[in-house]
Amino acid sequence: MPPPRTFVRRHGLTTRLTHWINAAALLVLLLSGLQIFNAHPALYWGDVSTFARPWVAMVAAERGGEAVGITKLGPAMFETTGVLGFSGNEVRGFPSWATLPSYRSLADGRRWHFAFAWLFVVNGLVYLGAGLIGGHFRRDLLPGRDQLAPRHLLREIVDHARLRFAKGEAARRYNALQKLAYLAVIFVLLPMMVLTGLSMSPGMNAGFPWLPELFGGRQSARTLHFISASLIVLFAVVHLAMVLLSGPVNGLRSMITGKFAIREDAR
Amino acid sequence: MIDRRRWLSGLAAAAMGALLAGCDKLTMNPVVQQGLAMAEGLTRRAQRLVVDRKALAQEFSPAEISPDFRANGSTAPGDPEYRALVEAGFADWKLVVDGLVERPLSLSLAELRAQPARTQITRHDCVEGWSAIGQWSGARLGPLLDRAGLKESARYIVFHCADTLDPNAPAALGRYYESIDLIDAYHPQSILAYDMNGAPLAVKHGAPLRLRVERQLGYKHAKYVMRIEAVADLAGIGGGKGGFWEDRGYEWYAGI
Ligand code: HEM
Repeated sequence: MPPPRTFVRRHGLTTRLTHWINAAALLVLLLSGLQIFNAHPALYWGDVSTFARPWVAMVAAERGGEAVGITKLGPAMFETTGVLGFSGNEVRGFPSWATLPSYRSLADGRRWHFAFAWLFVVNGLVYLGAGLIGGHFRRDLLPGRDQLAPRHLLREIVDHARLRFAKGEAARRYNALQKLAYLAVIFVLLPMMVLTGLSMSPGMNAGFPWLPELFGGRQSARTLHFISASLIVLFAVVHLAMVLLSGPVNGLRSMITGKFAIREDAR
Repeated sequence: MIDRRRWLSGLAAAAMGALLAGCDKLTMNPVVQQGLAMAEGLTRRAQRLVVDRKALAQEFSPAEISPDFRANGSTAPGDPEYRALVEAGFADWKLVVDGLVERPLSLSLAELRAQPARTQITRHDCVEGWSAIGQWSGARLGPLLDRAGLKESARYIVFHCADTLDPNAPAALGRYYESIDLIDAYHPQSILAYDMNGAPLAVKHGAPLRLRVERQLGYKHAKYVMRIEAVADLAGIGGGKGGFWEDRGYEWYAGI
């Protein structure tokens, strides 16, 4: 017989709504961003593009009569045919399955990107406002003093590595690693996306010249925009893996209906 | 086992294909396009709200000038009229200023160089994503428009260019052109540049005259400018969207 379970109210309505809008917006921003990236698939540090010395670039070359895709990372070169540099019989940075739209169109990519950037920002502000007023951040995201004790953190790391998830009472709140990951994404990574995004705007530049300077110049801002987006992808992959491993039905249900089941068995 | 794996990956590929096709269909849907395009107006209004209309684009030091300033769009226009101008060293070249003005002008390069001028070292941001820093000297657009005397009804300044960038399009659509509103036209850094990095503009950079509108992306900076026209609206010109790239789906307001 399965152990008895009780339901707790896990996520407020605002959290649930803004979570799904955010997920959709991030997906569109990522895919349209890669479309934009493909217009000049090379990244630089500083204010300007040092065309001969990008720190990363995706190019196509000919080898033995066949086109190959090559990804350059500083002086290192990797053959990435089919994924980066050359794919689907075309010279392109990222492959068509990773861009919105799938065919090459910088104009359409930009339209999607900036429309969903607005949605992302407005949705984010609603979330932040609700979280501050409603106490969601303080109550649910700020790690407790007990959670931050080195011994506790160490045990959580070991538990994670063994894929042992909290049960019973402990499952009532997020674990410390989870809280720290969420806080980093909410207060560092996502604001970073907005700020580096705006740093690339020549219009905003005129009013706020410190914006690109904050990141070391416009091309550095573009680079950091790309790196931050990559970190968001990394977070999303781990986040999804955790949901799958810790019980996808319960996790999904809690983010849709707000109710989260807790199994009352001793660990 | 192998069969099942192949079947599953086939299914995944089919689902992915359907998703991609769905996204492409959405992209091409006129209602979706209209919805997405609303962001442009929002962006323009928001930027105009938080950035002073006279705020200057960042300027740089001579040491920061890019040695490898890239040229995009037309780099060697094949249009016979333009070729003839190049052959003659632009001796017979004239800039026409007309449309909704009190006093239409026709100015030689020498006359333009005698106009109120400005030199600035700015960063050029291409819509593709790259940037380069260059020094530009040119006639300030505002005083030039004042000399021609804008009529009350003028709302936009259109720049007609010498180069055909899309030879496959009908003539009116294949020629390069651009437009800006009066806020940008009267911005102190808006100039008609004849010099780049201290030397007359090279052909690939738009000789003999190109526009600099420093707070917008590269495609707004029309090269090979032949004629400046003041208009009340953009509907009757080219494809009606205000520029060569705008007619091909790019934003008219290129502040980001
Ligand atoms: C308000 C929010 C945002 C703004 C204003 C913004 C703005 C921009 C701009 C201007 C570019 C063009 C860069 C270029 O010229 O090449 C760009 C590219 C890109 N964006 Fe965003 N963006 C935002 C949010 C996001 C988010 C949340 C993601 C990812 C989930 C994202 C992913 C990308 C990617 C991958 C690129 C292409 C690579 C690059 O140029 O860095 N963006 N974005």
